[in-house]
This record gives sequence, structure tokens and C-alpha cells, in this order.
Amino acid sequence: MAVTGAILVLYLIAHMYGNLKVFSGQEAFDGYAHNLRVLGTPLLPEHGFLWLARLILLASVLIHIYAAVSLWLRARRARPASQRYQVTKRVHRTYSSYTMRWGGVLIALFTIFHILHLTVNVISPGGASDSPYERLVNGFQPEFWFVTLFYVAAVIAVGFHLRHGIWSGLATLGVNQANRQPKMNAVATGLSLILTVGFLLPPLAVTFGLVS
Amino acid sequence: MNITLRVWRQKGRDDEGRMVTYKLTDVSPDMSFLEMLDVLNEKLTLESEEPVAFDHDCREGICGACGVVIDGEAHGPERTTTCQLHMRSFNDGDTITVEPWRASAFPVVKDLVVDRGAFDRIIQAGGYVSAPTGTAPDAHANPIPKPDADRAFDAATCIGCGACVAACPNASSMLFTAAKVTHLGMLPQGQPERASRVVQMVNQQDAEDFGGCTNIGECAAVCPKGIPLDTISQLNQDLLGSLGKGIG
Ligand code: HEM
Ligand code: SF4
Ligand code: FES
Repeated sequence: MAVTGAILVLYLIAHMYGNLKVFSGQEAFDGYAHNLRVLGTPLLPEHGFLWLARLILLASVLIHIYAAVSLWLRARRARPASQRYQVTKRVHRTYSSYTMRWGGVLIALFTIFHILHLTVNVISPGGASDSPYERLVNGFQPEFWFVTLFYVAAVIAVGFHLRHGIWSGLATLGVNQANRQPKMNAVATGLSLILTVGFLLPPLAVTFGLVS
Repeated sequence: MNITLRVWRQKGRDDEGRMVTYKLTDVSPDMSFLEMLDVLNEKLTLESEEPVAFDHDCREGICGACGVVIDGEAHGPERTTTCQLHMRSFNDGDTITVEPWRASAFPVVKDLVVDRGAFDRIIQAGGYVSAPTGTAPDAHANPIPKPDADRAFDAATCIGCGACVAACPNASSMLFTAAKVTHLGMLPQGQPERASRVVQMVNQQDAEDFGGCTNIGECAAVCPKGIPLDTISQLNQDLLGSLGKGIG
């Protein structure tokens, strides 16, 4: 869980950096996307780096989901529905930790939609294009406000998922010591906030006409 | 004080169980929660009804027998054991819900009494040191740094009450196991078995059908002995360390 989660967090940081290139114009954004495809050539074949990264990501996602499902099933066996408390009270747990499981399902569904939308482009509101920049700008036009809204909701869900995920991953890897907890919380909250805002900016900028 | 109690009643292991409501009048705010249950049981006995079974022994917060879930919180609203909780923590006219610990690994024996034998089996799996016996060694023969001694001592205060499991949304026993792993792992006497201990104890808690830890923190928040959450990271570190030693 922790190791694959860490790989996905690193991916999200790189992804957010790429997305923010949208503010440097079409050339910069498409150039960046193109570079990802030719990175490492001639040592690697064209698209070689991209597919390597995709392979690692896919493996991480699958292992991450497998581990999450086993924990979920174990929790259900450890306290089956027939043994639920009549009254429960939240003493310490955060909203983020409370929504990890269903939030994770939501993010998985979003990711499938998102790849069909902006990578494969078979879902193409506003028209398909060979330019990743145009796919993005077309997809978030004001008349497709519901697409933007769905992205906003999904990115916020990712933010919550990361808030508990980063904290929990650090604890699992053995980082947690009483005197480090304020720092761990700061890292988890800070990184989640940066990623959430960084991912929200490009679609919102398109919808509100700041990028066209 | 007048209070209304909703109590889990279950005749035996195979009975389905149900919540039953009782009204109590003239409860003194100075009564402990268990004394209040004693008053209820006296009343039930006089009415020729079966008294409510609940576990207790020391009634001074050191044996860990008395845990029940009160209004959704393990050991109730104060961070102490149920026997050290007093009725002044409630208000006149309150309705109080009392339930047993809920976990497959802690089957209900009767009413509020659960079988916590699973904890004993986790301890048997590795929560010990194989010390040579004989005369007591010299006090200074084995110097231990003060921070290590303190940490071991704090972790050793676990009374095995099971509140951590009861409060955990995964019904995981990780805090209990981590307390013992940290306690023995900080001391020189605990070193020879350190790597095998953590593996055996974690395997045993899995075999008992406790859930997995997802670092939510409810356990440490309700623990009457204040066992810190970072003991779980200590356990994870020891587990990583044992991988390198080929045990597992
Ligand atoms: C609003 C925020 C986001 C925007 C604007 C965005 C935009 C994009 C674009 C334009 C691509 C295609 C890049 C290319 O073809 O070179 C892409 C791919 C991708 N995105 Fe996002 N993304 C966002 C959020 C996310 C989030 C939160 C996740 C993870 C949960 C994610 C996961 C992915 C994945 C897995 C790919 C496919 C990578 C590949 O195989 O090439 N994205 N995104
Ligand atoms: S760790 Fe705390 S809550 Fe858990 S059994 Fe020990 S004393 Fe009770
Ligand atoms: S009866 Fe011993 S701790 Fe409560």
C-alpha cells in the first residue's frame, strides 16, 4: 500500500508539473508531451520511456487496489455487519481517513474516464485533436461545465485521499515518532493541498476563459 | 440523577442478542459507572430478572477487565477505564447506550462480557523474553539509556483491555501488539527474540481474524493508558528489519 502509493504520489507531482505548462502556451505544453514520448531516445525506442512509466503505474495501481481490497475484506471479517455498533462516535479519525475506501473507488472510476478523455481521446467533448493542449482546452470549454465540475470533484477526492494516504504511508514505513507527528501532518496536508490546487488550476482556467 | 440505559442483552454465545431499555432513578453522580450497573443489577435481581453480566476485577483501572462501549466510545467519554468513569460525566435525564466490544476475535460470552483469549494467544506467540533464571543480576550490570527505559515503561503500561480493537474501524489489534513489541524491543533482554517476536505476534493476530491497521488513530485516542500511536511505526520498523534476517 505505502510503496505503491508513494510511486503514485511521485507520478502526481510530475503530472501536475506537466499540466501547469498549460499556462506557458500550446507550444510548451505540447512540446512537453512530445518530449515524454521521445525521452531517452536513442537509448530507448520512441514511446519507450512512456510505456515503461505506464507499466510501472499500472502495476502500482493494481497492487494498490489489491492491497486495499484485502484490507477491506479483512476489516469486514473482523467486524461483520451483524456485529455493528448501535451507536458510534468519532473520537479522532479524520474525514479523509473515513473516505479512503469509497473515495479510492471514485478515483479509480475517474482515472478510467480521464484516460479515455484526455489520453485516448475517445471521449472528446469539444472535438478530438492530436494536440494534447487542444484536447484539454476543448474539453473544459464553458459549455462543458459539467466535465469541469466532475474533474473538480475528482481532484478534491484525490486531495482527501492523499491527506490520509501520505500520513498513513509514512507511518507504515516506520517514520512515525511522537515528536515527528507535527511535521508528518504538515507534509501530508501541505502536499495534498499543493497537488489539489495545482490540478484544479488548468481546467478552471480554461472554463473561465483564461487559457484558450 | 435519573438516567435511561440501553444495554445489550445476550443470553449466550449462540443467542442473537438485543438492546433492552432500563430506567434508573436516584443515581448518585459520585457513583462509578460499574457501581451504577451494580445498582441496576440489584434492582433486576429484586424483580427476579437476570442481572446484566459485565466483566470487572480490580475496579481501580489496572486489570483491564471492565471495557464496554458507552455511547459509541470505548470506556465512555473520559480517557480512562470504565471502572474509573463516574456518573458525573453524564447529565441528569441522559439516555446511555452500553454495548460489548465488537470484533470476531472477541466473541460475546454473555451480555457485555466478551472472550479476550485472542490477546493471550498473541502474547503467547512472542510477547515474552527467554531470560535465564537465577539470582537477580546487579542493578548496574545492564545499563539502559533513560529514553529507552522510559519508552519501554510507557509501552508496558498496556493493560490488555481491548479498547483499541473495539474502537478501531478495522477491528485491528495493532496497538496492543505494537505496545508489547515496543516494550520488549527497547530493552536489552528483548533483543535475542526481537525479529522473530514481531513476525510471530503479527501472524497470530492475523490468524485470530483481527483486521489490518490503516493508521486511523482511534486506538490511541481511546486507550486508557495512553499507549502512543508511534508504537505501531516501531512495530513496522521491526517487521522491516526482520525481513532482512530471513524470518517470516
Ligand atoms: C484536473 C486535473 C487534470 C488534468 C487537466 C489532467 C490532464 C491530463 C492530460 C492532458 C493527459 C494526457 C497527457 C498526454 O497525452 O500526454 C493526462 C493523462 C493522465 N492522467 Fe491526468 N489530468 C488531471 C488529473 C489527474 C489525476 C488526479 C490523476 C490520478 C488520479 C490523473 C491521472 C492520469 C493518468 C493515469 C494519465 C495517463 C498517462 C498515460 O498513460 O499517458 N490525472 N492527464
Ligand atoms: S493498547 Fe491501550 S486500549 Fe489497547 S489493550 Fe492496551 S491499554 Fe487497552
Ligand atoms: S475493573 Fe480493572 S481496569 Fe476496570
